[in-house]
Amino acid sequence: MIQFPATNVPLHQVQPLSNTAFLIASVIKVVVVFTGVMVVVAYLTLLERWISAWIQDRLGPNRVGPRGILQPLADGLKNLVKEEMYPAKAANIYYILAPMLTGIPALMTFAVIPFASPLPIPGVGVVNMVVADLPIGILYILALTSLGVYGIVMAGWASNNKYAFLGGLRASAQMVSYEVALGMSLIPVFMLAGNVTLTQVVWAQQTMHLWYALPLGLAFFLFVVSAFAETNRLPFDLPEAESELITGYHTEYSSMKFSLFFIGEYSNMLTASAVMATLFLGGWDIPIWQGDNMIMIAPGVVAGAEPAWWKTLLTFGAFATKTGFFILLYMWVRWTVPRFRYDQVMHLGWKVMLPTALVFIVVTGTTILVLDALGIPYGLGFGLILTVVNAVVAAIFFMVIDRDRVISGASAHDRRRRRVDARLAMPVAVEEPEPAGIRD
Amino acid sequence: MIREILWWIFAAEAVLGALGMVLSRNPVGSLLSLVVTFFGLAAIYVLLGAFFISAIQVIVYAGAIMVLFLFVIMLLNLGHDYHADLRRGVWLVLGGLASGLIGFVLYRAVRTPSLELPSGLTSPLDELVQRQGAVGVIAAPLFRDFSVAFEVTSVLLLVAAIGAVVLAKRRV
Repeated sequence: MIQFPATNVPLHQVQPLSNTAFLIASVIKVVVVFTGVMVVVAYLTLLERWISAWIQDRLGPNRVGPRGILQPLADGLKNLVKEEMYPAKAANIYYILAPMLTGIPALMTFAVIPFASPLPIPGVGVVNMVVADLPIGILYILALTSLGVYGIVMAGWASNNKYAFLGGLRASAQMVSYEVALGMSLIPVFMLAGNVTLTQVVWAQQTMHLWYALPLGLAFFLFVVSAFAETNRLPFDLPEAESELITGYHTEYSSMKFSLFFIGEYSNMLTASAVMATLFLGGWDIPIWQGDNMIMIAPGVVAGAEPAWWKTLLTFGAFATKTGFFILLYMWVRWTVPRFRYDQVMHLGWKVMLPTALVFIVVTGTTILVLDALGIPYGLGFGLILTVVNAVVAAIFFMVIDRDRVISGASAHDRRRRRVDARLAMPVAVEEPEPAGIRD
Repeated sequence: MIREILWWIFAAEAVLGALGMVLSRNPVGSLLSLVVTFFGLAAIYVLLGAFFISAIQVIVYAGAIMVLFLFVIMLLNLGHDYHADLRRGVWLVLGGLASGLIGFVLYRAVRTPSLELPSGLTSPLDELVQRQGAVGVIAAPLFRDFSVAFEVTSVLLLVAAIGAVVLAKRRV
């Protein structure tokens, strides 16, 4: 079991922030993070179009500015000055409120994510590089995510349009279903880190010298899949399935209101990527190097390595790289994987993801208890034993859901093909031949 | 100082939300006002140092239950026939009696000079949160001292869930 704060690390007494300095630092952090998220979100739309163009062998946006670099500005301007449409029978207040309710929680969630190591400012003190280091950390994100559903459901309902309404209902069912799997896949992380505060989860990974993606690999996989569903990204974008529902819940929205739904979707994606990086890839931790293992355990007390401004810069680079990796994964999957059917989404959420997450909680909890009883201290060895256990469980899981498609490879497919061929060759047995290669 | 200002803001939000919930004629409006109330309450819990309760408040009430409520209300497509549900006479008297009792209890609670710390809580919540983490403060007593009660409650909920499924299956 993890001890917090660890007993064998040096403590550095640093200058605590005065109340005024804390207030000013907080205001600056809020403004910088909010602006940063908005700018990144704007450029994510451009990145998405570039990547889709690259995958589909097109040129992509290339007219506004060099290589189309100013395209988000043009889009923003267009959305601001475009005429707004109000459906005649829309429920007015809710119709206007819905895009706000989607956009605002999405932008608020970034507040609890630590994005760099503590920054010492000479003469002022050490500033924690997270807007609000809440003791509830990830629960705050879950709470705001569950509020985010309202925007979508309300948009679907208030538009007074059947397609939009169906989109809203799908969104609510899907997000409620996958919220369960999402929360359950987080519990192994909390059991291992002993806390839900994100700064302490990062610290727990640093002191284990192993990112949680290895000892908790299956939870990591389940979390990534549920996060795709929670952010309504393909293959889970049923709420706005174009081929069936026009564009689902935002069919009736135009100009900046429509844009706000987009901002909500992309900032949800950004936050989800940052959360995945923080919980499973060590957050702002730089691999191998020990000089960045530090945590601010109280105002004016830093445990572990000495904070320095260049360490803050480097760790921010590490955080941005990991977050960027997940964003690229999001976009890559979107332009590669086709959309699920609705019953498949529900089947996957309730009958596959949830039981697997529950089994994994039991396995991880038991392993941690046994290791504690054996007196093995929290550290690299602890993590490696968990990694082995996790590898076994994950292997079984993937064998079961794979059903001979990838892991057993082409030979299994050939065997089945031969079996079907043999049956087709017998003239008597042919009543209703099973089509080769298609299996439920 | 700043805590008091924030308290007034969120208390006003909670009260206005509650009023909106009762007075709104549109069921969806009522539900959204209820979410506003729950959100205000969650903020007040944060001001009291009870971070975990505030998060759970939003996740459980504002999240899961409200989404299900929206389902029901939108699928039932309630019309404007709520006037039939409003009853006069005895109901009015009973309602007034209940409100009076609640008001009396609240008055007594507010007038009590200082509240005792709940059992098991030896120091202020802020210190405990600092030492054990926001979840640990709840989890340690829940799974050590009150584990039997916790398990019995979960069995009860399981029975309720299974019962609901069985009853729903019979209709189909």
